[in-house]
Amino acid sequence: MDTSLPQLLYLLATALFILGIKRLSKVKTARSGNGLAALGMLLAIVVTLAAPGAVEIEGVLRPIKLSWQMILVGLAIGAGIGALMAKRIQMTGMPELVALLNGVGGLASTFVALSEFWGRDFGADVTSQNVILGGSVWAVAIILSVMVGTITFTGSLMAMGKLSGKISGNPVVLPGRHILVAGLLFGGLACGYLAGFDANNNADVLMYGLIGCAALFGIVSVLPIGGADMPVVVSLLNSYSGIAASMAGFVIGNPLLIVAGALVGAAGMILTVIMCKAMNRSLLHVLIGGFGGDTASVGGTDATDYEGIKSAGPEEAAMILESATSVIFIPGYGMAVAQAQHVVKELGVELEKRDVTVRYAIHPVAGRMPGHMNVLLAEADVPYEQLWELERINADFKTTDVTVIIGANDVVNPDAIDNPQSPIAGMPILHSHESGTVLMIKRSLSPGYAGIKNPLFERDNCYMCFGDGKEFLSEILTELKEG
Amino acid sequence: MILLLMLFVFVLAIFAGNELISKVPPTLHTPLMSGANAISGITIVGALMCAQFGDEGGVGESIATVLGVCAIVFATINVVGGFMVTDRMLSMFASKKKK
Repeated sequence: MDTSLPQLLYLLATALFILGIKRLSKVKTARSGNGLAALGMLLAIVVTLAAPGAVEIEGVLRPIKLSWQMILVGLAIGAGIGALMAKRIQMTGMPELVALLNGVGGLASTFVALSEFWGRDFGADVTSQNVILGGSVWAVAIILSVMVGTITFTGSLMAMGKLSGKISGNPVVLPGRHILVAGLLFGGLACGYLAGFDANNNADVLMYGLIGCAALFGIVSVLPIGGADMPVVVSLLNSYSGIAASMAGFVIGNPLLIVAGALVGAAGMILTVIMCKAMNRSLLHVLIGGFGGDTASVGGTDATDYEGIKSAGPEEAAMILESATSVIFIPGYGMAVAQAQHVVKELGVELEKRDVTVRYAIHPVAGRMPGHMNVLLAEADVPYEQLWELERINADFKTTDVTVIIGANDVVNPDAIDNPQSPIAGMPILHSHESGTVLMIKRSLSPGYAGIKNPLFERDNCYMCFGDGKEFLSEILTELKEG
Repeated sequence: MILLLMLFVFVLAIFAGNELISKVPPTLHTPLMSGANAISGITIVGALMCAQFGDEGGVGESIATVLGVCAIVFATINVVGGFMVTDRMLSMFASKKKK
């Protein structure tokens, strides 16, 4: 085979990735975009397998070491596990799966770089001179690939643990953690530098040091971040995994990896910035952590101390809904926990039969990953046209009869507008308090992740509907159908 | 020089990525994330190369091979799982369109 052919096919795969990711950002073309990207991936894999020896690394052709059988077994095992996970996963478990896949990808990039590092370093002479000979950018790329890949892996596993509730969603604040985090980062970089640039015989030990520091860094840096800040963390880790792949591209001298990784890095970063803006917080503030948790309570004012609360049972709620002509649903993380999306949709359909205008208002950071609510409502077959973004719907609350809030709290807290002292002051919220009546379906008066009181509960137009989201909505539905 | 060219490619690709995805509707946040995540599995190409090529006769050869195979497995999980789950999500969005 002509040696330039594989490279040209890699170029084609790169083009497919770029087209794919462009189409992924439009609703109509998203599915085909995903298909194109997958096609590009298939092409890249086939070319790599079909053209051994054609790809020169640093001008040296290296002999085939691994048998075809082993490669195919590796591919088959990976494909089997991946397919199984993709088929089995419930839509509510999507944030965990994305975090897991992300972590696994980061780990793969780490292994690629390590394999290169050890493949050479231990080769002819056992000194890291070889690494230096490989070129300084090459050494930097190995260090960064190992480091970012490992951070992505342990960070994603931590995020997954927090998302699935196996690790407390509350921020875990270690004493002196800023010093610890900075120390780990510096230690890792120092080990990496010495392993890559200092001619000595301890390169392998130093590499273990780098891996260890990076692994701990990933854990310690995600630990203090509260559960509700996970959308930011998940998309940031996604960006990291792209950077790690890109660095692996530098290591093996392949522009396809560099471009694809950089695209993913950019995509992840854009999402991260969108998420931060939706919370009116800086990325740095989120990463420093210590803010919010699943059940955090901020000292001083008692976040559960409410006066003049009105509550409504399912019958009353059904009556309120019966007399409405326009209804907006606001889903939050509580809907995901209660798996209430299907009942919400049924109730929506029932109301529409009665000529009620039904819409859904989606806050960008509702849930635990970017677009979480959209995925759940899509699973329940809610038409896309009924999902409204914050900017588009906020002016309409004034003219809406009833707003039904299911398991959302901080994203409807009017303190963000009224109280400049509030920790969430300035955060864009859904103006549900402006609608005629608010039905707040919630298990208790407990605060949301910000750990603060929500004055909406005390407003005259707000009724608290205590109970499990799914059960409560089913009861309303029964009442409506019978009545 | 080759390394310098690779740096050029890297920087340009980041700019391209920013331009390509500057505006994303919220509905697509999750699919975009998981689709991009699958693309980051491109590191599989590196894994395949590492598994195929190695220095002859070195101590590190076997380590390199083992790491290479592990990398193949992990990267394949990332790629196959990522693309399939993204397609599953997007098919839910698409099915409603036909009604």
